[in-house]
Amino acid sequence: MRIIFFILVLIFPLAMSAIDQPFYVSVATRILIYAMAAASLNLVLGYGGMVSFGHAAFFGAGAYVVGILAVEGVTSLWIAWPAAIAVAALAALVIGAISLRTRGVYFIMITLAFAQMMYYVFVSMKAYGGDDGLSLPARSTPGFGISLSNDFVWYYLVLALLSMILFLLHRLVHSRFGRVIEAIRENETRASAVGYPVYRYKLLCFVISGAVAGLAGALIANQTSYVGPALLHWVQSGTLMVMVILGGVGRFWGGPVGAVVLLALEELFSGSPLLGPFALHWQLPVGAILLAVVLFAPRGIAGAFAKKPQ
Amino acid sequence: MLSLRNLSKRFGGVVAVDRVSLEVAAGEVHALIGPNGAGKTTLVSQISGSLSSDEGRIDFQGLDVTKAKPHERVRLGLARSHQITSIFRRFSVLDNLALAVQARSGSSFSFWRPVAAEAALFDEARGISREIGLAERLQVTAGNLAHGEQRALEVGLALATRPKLVLLDEPMAGMGPQESQRMIALIGRIRAGVTVLLVEHDMDAVFRLADRITVLVNGRVIATGKPEAIRADPQVRRAYLGDELAA
Repeated sequence: MRIIFFILVLIFPLAMSAIDQPFYVSVATRILIYAMAAASLNLVLGYGGMVSFGHAAFFGAGAYVVGILAVEGVTSLWIAWPAAIAVAALAALVIGAISLRTRGVYFIMITLAFAQMMYYVFVSMKAYGGDDGLSLPARSTPGFGISLSNDFVWYYLVLALLSMILFLLHRLVHSRFGRVIEAIRENETRASAVGYPVYRYKLLCFVISGAVAGLAGALIANQTSYVGPALLHWVQSGTLMVMVILGGVGRFWGGPVGAVVLLALEELFSGSPLLGPFALHWQLPVGAILLAVVLFAPRGIAGAFAKKPQ
Repeated sequence: MLSLRNLSKRFGGVVAVDRVSLEVAAGEVHALIGPNGAGKTTLVSQISGSLSSDEGRIDFQGLDVTKAKPHERVRLGLARSHQITSIFRRFSVLDNLALAVQARSGSSFSFWRPVAAEAALFDEARGISREIGLAERLQVTAGNLAHGEQRALEVGLALATRPKLVLLDEPMAGMGPQESQRMIALIGRIRAGVTVLLVEHDMDAVFRLADRITVLVNGRVIATGKPEAIRADPQVRRAYLGDELAA
């Protein structure tokens, strides 16, 4: 089944242009970007057991770095994207260093609080659009005479980056480090009692996750050529969390599967062909499906298809 | 090997551990006994570092570890097992042990190489599983083990860190007579390679295993000595042993 899915993803733009629906290429690119963001959240949430409710902060920070640099005239991909990753990682380091001293519901609340603080920082930054956000003049430029303004090229670049990130995450969660992270999720006291400096592992995991979210943010800024404070709003954090829960917490494919399903459902029900005038209330059917997944497949969609419980 | 000097711990107004001084010599099995609420587990937690001490000093192999973090103490060779079973319940027995082996063999800030390919970790984990009698249960999820097996794994996790001194906090808690006999045999085997500080209620086990016994009552040490001396000590009999010894 996985193979079929990979082939579909690979030929999707060609198929869409064949049936003369290039608009859906852009929809699919957005889904791939969210797949990356959700995968990064799943690393801390699913593997590390850290219920971060402020993941949009790193996603939004990455987007704003690209946006602000573009407005200031720096459009080179080779500067803007690494900068987005670095800033998001730094934000994760600071927020994580403080938040990870707390546990459970306090951790959820403090990560949420930090993300909302960053949200209001960007709302009040009048120089960069404040509430209205800012438009990017164009997508980042990779040089070598390549332009990313073509949606097909853009799709395949995003797909390549997502594949690379997923490959790196796959190595990570099966490495020594990944094993320790899961052990800490299972039993933090025991992990400490067999000799692991728990805090350091959690913080590093948090920073790696933030960095990946920052890259996803850089991509979403390019995707829509627009960045706004809504990218950092807590609703965005919640959406990412819903994706992970839907796809499967702590399942390798949980993040991507959740992103694909949630955004595809949103696309399906918010367009008028299916529901007609009721499309305005697309959240209702999507909510019902979410409820069904949580009730009948508590391990998420990826978990329901897995052969053995993890 | 381990030396406690005037160690204290207060919880609010309650003095759980009150100026305890104690010496554990290399190679011995030193039992720590006392009625419920005497402060035994608190003391073990102070020694392992999961609780900080309000006063006093802990020396381990000549090093002052009073302020050291739990993982730093494990690195020095000071490991513990818990009174309430604390294992990685959703990991297999083999993965539980391999994870503990991994903690002291090389850096775990390694992000690329699959851990499953590290045969040495798993070989050593299998060795420990034989020691604790779980060699036939390697692939079983730890949470599905029988109670006695989980207790053995609990001790195994401490042993997998290759400690010089192991703190066993009531390893026989909740065990039936047969399981207890197996645990006594296990401690009898490991004592050849590791010093043991044993907290236990099972007096049969204590008197069979211990070279020396320290009695803790209300957070204070009331006696330390050889088992015969403790058995004969009138103060101990009054405070604690009473009926059980008379029988």
